[in-house]
Amino acid sequence: MIEKTAAELSQALSSGELSSTELTQSYLDRISRHNRKLNAFITVCEESALEQAKAADEKRATGDKSPLLGIPLAHKDIFCTKGVITSCGSHMLENFVAPYDATVVEKFKTAGAVMLGKTNMDEFAMGSSNETSFFGPVKNPWDLKRVPGGSSGGSAAAVAADLCVMATGTDTGGSIRQPAAFCGITGLKPSYGRVSRWGMIAFASSLDQAGTLSKSAEDAALMTNVMAGIDSKDSTSIDRPAEDYTATLNDSLDGLRIGIPKQHFAEGLSAEVEQAVREALKEYEQLGANITEVDLPNNHLSVSAYYVVAPAEASANLSRYDGVRYGHRCENPIDLEDMYKRTRSEGFGDEVKRRILVGTYALSAGYYDAYYRKAQKIRRLIKNDFIKAFEQVDVIVGPTSPHTAFGLGSKTDPVAMYLEDIYTIAVNLAGLPGISIPAGFANGLPIGMHIVGKDFGEGKLLNVAHQFQQQTDWHKRKPNFEPAD
Amino acid sequence: MALDKSEVEKIAQLARLHISEADTDEVASRITDILALIDQMQSVNTEMVEPMAHPLDVTQRLRVDTATEKDRRDELQTLAPAAQDGLYLVPKVIE
Repeated sequence: MIEKTAAELSQALSSGELSSTELTQSYLDRISRHNRKLNAFITVCEESALEQAKAADEKRATGDKSPLLGIPLAHKDIFCTKGVITSCGSHMLENFVAPYDATVVEKFKTAGAVMLGKTNMDEFAMGSSNETSFFGPVKNPWDLKRVPGGSSGGSAAAVAADLCVMATGTDTGGSIRQPAAFCGITGLKPSYGRVSRWGMIAFASSLDQAGTLSKSAEDAALMTNVMAGIDSKDSTSIDRPAEDYTATLNDSLDGLRIGIPKQHFAEGLSAEVEQAVREALKEYEQLGANITEVDLPNNHLSVSAYYVVAPAEASANLSRYDGVRYGHRCENPIDLEDMYKRTRSEGFGDEVKRRILVGTYALSAGYYDAYYRKAQKIRRLIKNDFIKAFEQVDVIVGPTSPHTAFGLGSKTDPVAMYLEDIYTIAVNLAGLPGISIPAGFANGLPIGMHIVGKDFGEGKLLNVAHQFQQQTDWHKRKPNFEPAD
Repeated sequence: MALDKSEVEKIAQLARLHISEADTDEVASRITDILALIDQMQSVNTEMVEPMAHPLDVTQRLRVDTATEKDRRDELQTLAPAAQDGLYLVPKVIE
């Protein structure tokens, strides 16, 4: 049963053939058996998970049929959880216990979901391989010598390896979609502002967005139903009426207009990924979709602009880690300046320091117009490309990543790592929703297909993804990482 | 543009980060590579383009100026590395 989707398990819980306590215990057993190998969880909450499961079973007994009631999930360790350590993958926050729950965490609690624990991630979500985590890299369940992607690599690996039913993640430049692609699962990044950022440790505030990692698009819809909505505690959350994302899953795709950006099928894309995505497009044609080429002429500038906007905002956001109010403080500082410097140098890893330095440089006197303002103008050009493309099409489809999961330790050059997100970053800069779904395999490794929607087009994306999953079984394939007994 | 050692030291000081003498060259070269990536955007003419701060061009929502948070000082100060009598303790600033 551990391999089932939330939608399937919800039915089993509802009919009484299964209790949340049994289900939760099965995942906890599986985590204790496999987490050492995968390193997907930083913290496991055995006791509180079983208490929450018991409470969920009691609620079920009174006739409560909330879809996620009693469903075991994991939260990325970037979401503040009251009473449970929130490390953000960093030595800086290694022992930080937040005094409150993030809005996303609170919403899942209210929905009755059971929190199994907190998942590993790149430090402060800065990375595309999970190798920058202070707690060591996560291993890809499809090949333990490969990365799971990042930054939400722990969440992706945990879902793929059936250590939980579903998990939350965050996506600033591809951090949900790329690990979902590498681990063969479904990963949705909603539109900027659709989900509250309150209590989600800030990386780049104008780009960060919480989303879902799950075994199907239907599960992503169930999760987004819980997560989406305005929050008075996040002034950038958008005031839009609530939607039921499950209601449109079965809409027909007859006449759907799919755009494929020529820039996403150009040099740098591996042949097997291209082939898988083109095969998937044929599947959509069978379902009645019409495919046309679209032009995103400024896409090649997205990585450049991103590496100004994100580090600049990060350097400001991470200035709060000063050893005064919470987090790490160095031993025996000789004065305040020494305390700041040693606290931050000890607390942050190399990649985080590198981005703080780049951001500080871009924002320093005399450079603001040349860097931050210029990048904001490029952002406008990128958004305009999408607006123009969406005049002709309903969704845009391409590969999530240029290739399948790469080897642990194989990419040591930061710039090469940054270019990993070449297809996903523009979507964050434009604030659009994007989803990655499994679309094939190459040499036993999953391939992800990227679908991008209009502003607040999550419902359409989930519909398009769900219909594909009705025709294919890529999302049902399971990794075999267990040694033969 | 290539960053030299003194510029790296200047940025590190602004960011309150300590970079050891031994690491400075490596850091300078990595950041120079990143700036080369960033500089690709300088090739595009954006003179007439309006900068985009928010993907939906939404402006900040305002609320009534009243205190809504309760006083949680004692609870929050339990997180501090050093606090006493409601104050955060840091190394001596004024002799």
